[in-house]
Amino acid sequence: MSGQSGMVEKRGAGLWLTHAGLIVGVLFIFFPIWLAFVASTVTQPEIARPPMPLLPGDQFFENYRKALLSGVNAPVATMLLNSLVMAMGIAVGKIVISILSAFAIVYFKFPGRKAFFWLIFLTLMLPVEVRIVPTYEVAAGFGMLNSYSGLIFPLIASATATFLFRQFFMTVPDELAEAARVDGARPMRFFRDILIPMSRTNIAALFVILFIYGWNQYLWPLLITTDPSMNTIVMGIKQMFPSGDDIADWPVIMATSILAMLPPILVVVSMQKLFIRGLVESEK
Amino acid sequence: MATVTLDNLRKTFGKTEIIHGVDIDITDGEFIVIVGPSGCGKSTLLRMVAGLETVTSGEVRINGARVNEKEPMDRNIAMVFQNYALYPHMSVFDNMAYGLKIAGKPKAEIAARVADAARLLQLEPYLQRKPRELSGGQRQRVAMGRAIVREPDVFLFDEPLSNLDAKLRVQMRLEIRQLQRKLGITALYVTHDQVEAMTLADRMIVMNAGVAEQIGAPMEVYENPATTFVAGFIGSPPMNFLSDSALPALPPTTRLGIRPEHVTLTAPGRGRADATALYSEALGAETLVHLRLGDGEQVTARIGGKTVPPAEGTELGLAWPDDHAMLFGPDGKRIPPG
Repeated sequence: MSGQSGMVEKRGAGLWLTHAGLIVGVLFIFFPIWLAFVASTVTQPEIARPPMPLLPGDQFFENYRKALLSGVNAPVATMLLNSLVMAMGIAVGKIVISILSAFAIVYFKFPGRKAFFWLIFLTLMLPVEVRIVPTYEVAAGFGMLNSYSGLIFPLIASATATFLFRQFFMTVPDELAEAARVDGARPMRFFRDILIPMSRTNIAALFVILFIYGWNQYLWPLLITTDPSMNTIVMGIKQMFPSGDDIADWPVIMATSILAMLPPILVVVSMQKLFIRGLVESEK
Repeated sequence: MATVTLDNLRKTFGKTEIIHGVDIDITDGEFIVIVGPSGCGKSTLLRMVAGLETVTSGEVRINGARVNEKEPMDRNIAMVFQNYALYPHMSVFDNMAYGLKIAGKPKAEIAARVADAARLLQLEPYLQRKPRELSGGQRQRVAMGRAIVREPDVFLFDEPLSNLDAKLRVQMRLEIRQLQRKLGITALYVTHDQVEAMTLADRMIVMNAGVAEQIGAPMEVYENPATTFVAGFIGSPPMNFLSDSALPALPPTTRLGIRPEHVTLTAPGRGRADATALYSEALGAETLVHLRLGDGEQVTARIGGKTVPPAEGTELGLAWPDDHAMLFGPDGKRIPPG
């Protein structure tokens, strides 16, 4: 019993049916990824000639080496690094900024506190695409085209994360802040010693979400980077597509796609435990 | 080791004054209980002493020095909260050590002081545990330990036992009293429970609607309540009040107060007033008989547990000795005898 406490026990046909359903679902989702993987291990003529192969070929190392080191416009290794810097910068930056602003909004009384919160909240309703032209103007004016700061800063403020941290801080009992005050902790000390450790799981969950958000940015990097060496991988894939009569190097493009998928998967898998705890439980 | 003085202490939220001027001189090592119903301002009063609420007017002095403008940490006080307010991510040891750590005490001294407090509170086996792995009583002890290790001038307790079950509450009450005696630290203790007030206090402040209605030793307050509020609040079951409609001998608009244990039951017409028995509650050592007077008011009499209680609807006479009856004026103030 101990191993399955809290689980609903299911036996017989129902069990097989649910499993069969899940397996079909997984195969359905996974099949295109498998095809991409197969395509990344064969040669260009093999892809072009129908039927498309369903089993991996022998070009795995050749194609991936080519993709990583030379790519089509820029080496994929460079694009991976660019994406990593951008995703990390956005995830860490968003968390730092939003946890600090939530701390200010919840724990300090200053004039216009409510107004500031609602201003931040309002920006939730404006997606990047709506303000993309003025944002581009500003970024260009600051000379941030083709730079990491141009990739990161315009996306770094987060109303969602601020809102989430605010909600979490409001569930922390007031007495905790008062106890810390009696213990002699100044506000930033309280923030560092008590609030941050208590938000640990929330931070982890947000990090996963924001990392993937940053990694998957497409439109913004497309606008702000013109130099192939500053391309991020998600937009880089699109840049590899042939225009006009060029011949596409599909195996290399597919290898790039597979490589682009790996870091988000790594982040999700390695932080899964914390991530799920952050979503379902509030530790008090 | 400190004296605490409250000098005409007032608190206003917006336009409403909720503490209307409280004065008291607390001597070194005294245990003061602030007792009153919810909303009477007792917690606010305590939080003003702690420095968690600002003082609107008046003065808080610790050891004679004005502390109105000082942060809690600079007042050298320690506070125990109703919900314990333990840091959930820290072990018991870290919870107790946190204040000392911030004060920059050397590691060895912190360890020694926490170990002392843990021994005193029988927390030694739990030092490495997290608060969520402890029972309510143990958490309460950790909260006490956190207060003790700081060796404060004043202990402040804000309804520390409210979240415990009845049995544990009685036990912790005794422990708090013994601990405070042993350490000799001045203590202010807020509660809504008059039993806690009676058993713990050297002196108690009975608060009602932001006013300290009476300040005095428990038995003195019990035997000589200054107002009908104090008389009704301190003592369980509460004091009976009879008006002139039931007792024609009373001066008009005054009320006569008599505690249940001083009321005896006699045959109808033989006592000072007649009443009908409603129901009785046998508590073992004693039985509470609830009766209704001719004018509809209810009266409680406390009789011995072995006495057979009167059946419902029985007509009875109520008697009491003169020296236990108290007279209260129309403003609720006690009219001194004689």
